[in-house]
Amino acid sequence: MNESAVFWSRLLTELTLTFHIIYATIGVGVPLMIMIAQWVGLKKNDEHYILLARRITRGFVITVAVGVVTGTAIGLQLSLLWPNFMQLAGQVIALPLFMETFAFFFEAIFLGIYLYTWDRFDNQKKHMLLLVPVAIGASISAVFITIVNSFMNTPQGFEVVSGQLVNIQPLVAMFNPSMPTKVAHVLASAYMTSAFLLASIAAYRLLRGSNHPYYKKSLFLMMKMGLIFSIATAVIGDFSGKFLAEYQPEKLAAAEWHFETEEAAPLILMGFMDEEQNIKFAIEIPYLLSILAYGNPMAEVTGLNDFPEDEIPPLYIHYLFNLMVLIGTAMILVSVLYVAGVWRGWGFIHRPWFRWVTVLGGPLTIIAIEAGWWLAEVGRQPWILRGYMRTAEGATTSDQVDLMFILFCILYLVLGIGSVVVLRRMYRLNPIEREIEDRMAEMKGVGR
Amino acid sequence: MSLEVLGIIVLWIFLFGYVIVASIDFGAGFFNAYSLLTGRSHILSNIIQRYLSPVWEVTNVFLVFFFVGIVGFFPKTAFYYGTVLLVPVSIAIILLAIRGSYYAFESYGSRGHKGYAFAYGVSGLLIPSSLSVVLTISEGGFVEIVDGSPVLDYWALFTSPLTWSIVLLSIASVLYISAVFLTWYAWKAQDLNASELMRKYALTWSGPLMLMAAAIIIQMQEHNPDRFRNMISIWPMFGVSAILFLLTVWLLWKKRGLGLSVGLLILQFLFAFFAYGISHYPYLLYPYLTIYEGFTNQEMAIALVIAFIAGLCLLIPSLYLIFRLFVFNKEYVTGNQKDFHA
Repeated sequence: MNESAVFWSRLLTELTLTFHIIYATIGVGVPLMIMIAQWVGLKKNDEHYILLARRITRGFVITVAVGVVTGTAIGLQLSLLWPNFMQLAGQVIALPLFMETFAFFFEAIFLGIYLYTWDRFDNQKKHMLLLVPVAIGASISAVFITIVNSFMNTPQGFEVVSGQLVNIQPLVAMFNPSMPTKVAHVLASAYMTSAFLLASIAAYRLLRGSNHPYYKKSLFLMMKMGLIFSIATAVIGDFSGKFLAEYQPEKLAAAEWHFETEEAAPLILMGFMDEEQNIKFAIEIPYLLSILAYGNPMAEVTGLNDFPEDEIPPLYIHYLFNLMVLIGTAMILVSVLYVAGVWRGWGFIHRPWFRWVTVLGGPLTIIAIEAGWWLAEVGRQPWILRGYMRTAEGATTSDQVDLMFILFCILYLVLGIGSVVVLRRMYRLNPIEREIEDRMAEMKGVGR
Repeated sequence: MSLEVLGIIVLWIFLFGYVIVASIDFGAGFFNAYSLLTGRSHILSNIIQRYLSPVWEVTNVFLVFFFVGIVGFFPKTAFYYGTVLLVPVSIAIILLAIRGSYYAFESYGSRGHKGYAFAYGVSGLLIPSSLSVVLTISEGGFVEIVDGSPVLDYWALFTSPLTWSIVLLSIASVLYISAVFLTWYAWKAQDLNASELMRKYALTWSGPLMLMAAAIIIQMQEHNPDRFRNMISIWPMFGVSAILFLLTVWLLWKKRGLGLSVGLLILQFLFAFFAYGISHYPYLLYPYLTIYEGFTNQEMAIALVIAFIAGLCLLIPSLYLIFRLFVFNKEYVTGNQKDFHA
């Protein structure tokens, strides 16, 4: 084993995933939002929504490009950095990885067609139909990849007989216990994040002096979507807690700082832990952990002290868990206030301070996504394949990982800055006011 | 046919697909940059842009498909190749990432930066170079097993003439394939200036291509006699490839049947690629790993084959659709159509 290679492999994987997940989340969620915008536009016969779909698509292509290339990077890094893990796990879980390439292939083809056929069809609905395979392909890709990750948490579908994997059942491996909650949580949170990101852009434009109805419609539509999917994410999150209590109790216990196995366990919210593991400034809510874990206030929840010390994940995942939940809850609140406010005519939702909160919501949900993934990955430690292979055993023995880490840092910096600059320039050079004028002129031209 | 052989054939077909579509893409980028240098950009850039825009992402998927597939069918390749290829493949990923995303930035975002066009052109040659090193390593002689882990001998690799011959062959192939394809594509777009220029490039690169191919076969004799004997034993396939090559060049020379010449070109590479693949059999990494030792279990193999067939049923109609809309659509290719870009 090569200690430094293990360290750098972990760091590089974390770096790639942290960067990739931003673009991947947008890649999964935004096609659905485009489809909804275009559909609303066709249904209401409102050009604004159709333009919204069209303008999001343009930006989406840029984020997809970065998502594709960083996805290629992580796909190869799995083998480059974790060759021992892939050699083992590949025998059982290669199927969803393989199917993901098909889903992605399918998506890529139709995105190319969709992008280059605006107004090519007389019937706009036909054009919208081309987006269906894009949205499905994007979501199914996420499903397959998340299945691989869920397998790492709750591996099944094989037996180990004298060091050899036998009796392998690829489908059983795919439909492992953590798969339903994980897949649902990833999808719902991707839709939620995409909706809040787009809402955040609309709110920003409104703050910056534009008073165009286009942005108001966009903001309202995306807040509605955000509301639906943030509630869905929270409900599924609750199921995830119950799943963890059953199948990965050490992960739940570490995330909740739950040390002693007890009945009627309280939930520890926030707080800090010093080096002697004393918890300070925490809010303790009686019975809540038992409810979260088993839906029963008196249920017994296993604590960290019941696990071998070298099988407990790092305790800092508590902070990640809190960050994720806090942001998610806040966003439900923000979107409820906004949607209810529009229906009931509350004035404050149009005030600058509330707009700023909405603007903040975009980056915050991205942070929640990051926190959630760090929680999921760090919470599985010390395992790379829970119960079968430790992370250190899976890593490469190659000596050049540190150098590669630096190269990839530069790469992601270039891609991150490049994509932001290009996106900003794209929309600045073609503001909505001008595009609507052009559009009107064009349509008159056709009518004449 | 055994599942092992079926698996490797499927993967080899996809790798072949990648070699062809990626070569067109890489070469186009290079010619674009080169024509900028020599002040003839107006001739080429239009035609190249038209071809690349809708399909660039599809190109990338062929590669992803290959490496995901090979780890699926042959999980031991992850151990052997994953360990030794860290550096060359990481470099290839970084180049591919910059190239791919900046292509999108440029064509969908803002246009017309010269430095970018050069970077794009140069990366188009560097990527095949770094990827072709994988084939060189597979020939054996550069990997040692130390304490149970494979270790790459960089010094031996970079001082071997074989390495550099294969790098040069990959560059020559990229430029030749791309030039022949674009000759036809430009001709179809009724852009005769561009077609004529590409025809010249195609003829220019045909010589180096054959030279490098011959050089490699000769070097194999010394580098790995075992593999050399295998290559000689299937000489008829290499022979067919050579004849197809001569026919393509002849058609180009006579400016006749440009569409046919693209077909012959693909067949030429298909024969050579499969002849090489067959001569490599049964080794994935000489002499450590064969397709039989490296193969996954029966259940997974069957599942992968079923997934593959189901996937193809989905993909082939979609690929047909995108090619019909953009590559083989006369209106689109000639630019007579309105711009329907979002």
